[in-house]
Amino acid sequence: MTFLALVSILAGVMFGIGAIAALARIIRGPSILDRALATDVLLAIAICGLGAEMAINRHTDTLVVLLILSMFAIVGSIAIARFMAKQDAS
Amino acid sequence: MTAAEIAVGVLVLVSAFLSMAAGIGVVRFPDVLTRLHAATKPQVLGLATVLLAIVLQVPTWGVLTTVVLIMTFQLLTQPMTAHMLGRAAYRSDHVRRDLLIVDDLGRDIAEHDQEPDLSPDR
Repeated sequence: MTFLALVSILAGVMFGIGAIAALARIIRGPSILDRALATDVLLAIAICGLGAEMAINRHTDTLVVLLILSMFAIVGSIAIARFMAKQDAS
Repeated sequence: MTAAEIAVGVLVLVSAFLSMAAGIGVVRFPDVLTRLHAATKPQVLGLATVLLAIVLQVPTWGVLTTVVLIMTFQLLTQPMTAHMLGRAAYRSDHVRRDLLIVDDLGRDIAEHDQEPDLSPDR
């Protein structure tokens, strides 16, 4: 087993733990702001995972996906935060 | 196993560790503002390390310029997201005030509510 294969397994486990934790917060989250924040974290982990896969396998096929995600990740969270009502607890 | 390979592996592991720390922090911390603190780390630093790893693996000008663009957009948009989420959390009382040490915004709002006539331009 090469060094990068070992790195990919370790990184995959850590990305998986982070993604599962963010999903748990999306499900449990007491307010919609917690859910928006956890969705942002999940998206950031997805971006980092795509980039790590590119770095380990030595290709740049999904670099454009990273560009688009980093441009438009802002829309959902800002829409939720901007149009949230004061009494909206869920 | 070259030096560049080791550097790429270490950078990817740093990014993965930051992502895991963000997930655990989002689950463990008590309210929106503290979760915001934990969640915004991998969005910038984790992405920076992983993009550096990509540049180390494929060192061409096209990849470098795209990576700079990605980092620029991330640095532009993520602080806006965090700011808007924190502002909405404060305005809608999702902040646990017993955990706050200093509440500068609350003091300013109280002052503004006491003397509304001193700032007619708002």
